[in-house]
Amino acid sequence: MKENLSREEFLKGIWRDNPVFAQVLGMCPMLAVTNSAINAVAMGMATFFVLVGSSFLVSTFRHLIPKQVRISCFIIIIATFVTIADYTLLALVPKVHKELGAFIPLIVANCLILGRQEAFASRYPTKLAVMDALGMASGFLLALFSLGAVREILGDGALFGFNLFGANFEPWVIMILPPGGFLTLGVILLFFNWFKTKKDEFLEDVAAAQRSEG
Amino acid sequence: MDNLLWIFVSALLVNNFVLTYFLGLCPFLGVSNSLETSARLGLATTFVMLVTAVCAWLLNTYILVHAPYLRLISFIVVIASTVQFIEMLIKKLSPALFRAMGIFLPLITTNCAILGLAIFATNRGYGFWEGIVYALGAGIGFTLALVLLAGLREESELSDVPALIKGTAMNLIIAGILSMAFMGFAGLFSST
Repeated sequence: MKENLSREEFLKGIWRDNPVFAQVLGMCPMLAVTNSAINAVAMGMATFFVLVGSSFLVSTFRHLIPKQVRISCFIIIIATFVTIADYTLLALVPKVHKELGAFIPLIVANCLILGRQEAFASRYPTKLAVMDALGMASGFLLALFSLGAVREILGDGALFGFNLFGANFEPWVIMILPPGGFLTLGVILLFFNWFKTKKDEFLEDVAAAQRSEG
Repeated sequence: MDNLLWIFVSALLVNNFVLTYFLGLCPFLGVSNSLETSARLGLATTFVMLVTAVCAWLLNTYILVHAPYLRLISFIVVIASTVQFIEMLIKKLSPALFRAMGIFLPLITTNCAILGLAIFATNRGYGFWEGIVYALGAGIGFTLALVLLAGLREESELSDVPALIKGTAMNLIIAGILSMAFMGFAGLFSST
């Protein structure tokens, strides 16, 4: 039972409650750094580290943090992890760090992370909180990657820097520019809605069929 | 003087925080359902930005020279306390406005446009007056984008839109078209 519960917390973040497609959280880094797949993945990994680390700390210390100043405590814990991630990226991959620029410190203001601390980590035991954080972070990484890949393929004709279509491909420059981010995410959300509606209709049909049989 | 004007127009139009830097999208998509609320939120955000710019300059000049790794933590603490202070101030001065803003007032803390402003201003090494003008331009630019989207959304309430695209998907596509229009300003300063 316990095993199932933590798996459930993990899986819900990836699809059903996906932070970007279903909850529309953490939009700013989502759109700003997804002009290429590699940037998107680097950003996703940094967010992954910060979210899992701060969920772990917050839920471990959840009985010690006074309720009145909890938001400030969360923010300071998050800011500490972001500072670590910032300096680590600077040391390991200076080129990606330069491209992401100010958006790494801005992970602090990612409402997805603060939202998970407030809604989940501060109320549940450490194990569940870490599972939830892992799921949400993977969902976020998945969303970042899909947006980054679509924009890089259409806007640059390449994926991870490898040319896909040969020299005759005319790139849609607009896709790597800011408007492309808004448009691509809009269309992806449209598909997500369409999929959800279809699934609901299907489930209703199945339920109706079962009722008429029974 | 020319330099200050350039910083102002650049933050307001050419490098609009919302439409080209993708900062402050959460309130941009969340609050922009009515013109009045979005204008008020825009003004409150502009004020917080101004205070943050001054504080960030003070911190940078006097404290962070000695401990650069504390930058992020000290900025976020300054922003959170400014927002708290403004919340108390508005509650005291105008309870009606306080009720109208509701939950969105404390949420200014996690508006990345404000933290972004402090970080950009530091990275570019802006001085005191440059920082203030930059904050003013960014704040008014944020308000402008918010009010524009709110106006378009109010209009689209009345029109017949397919149910699937209603909501965030449509807002994002509207924002994409707005952002395309703002790209036109990019040529404004090509000669300078």
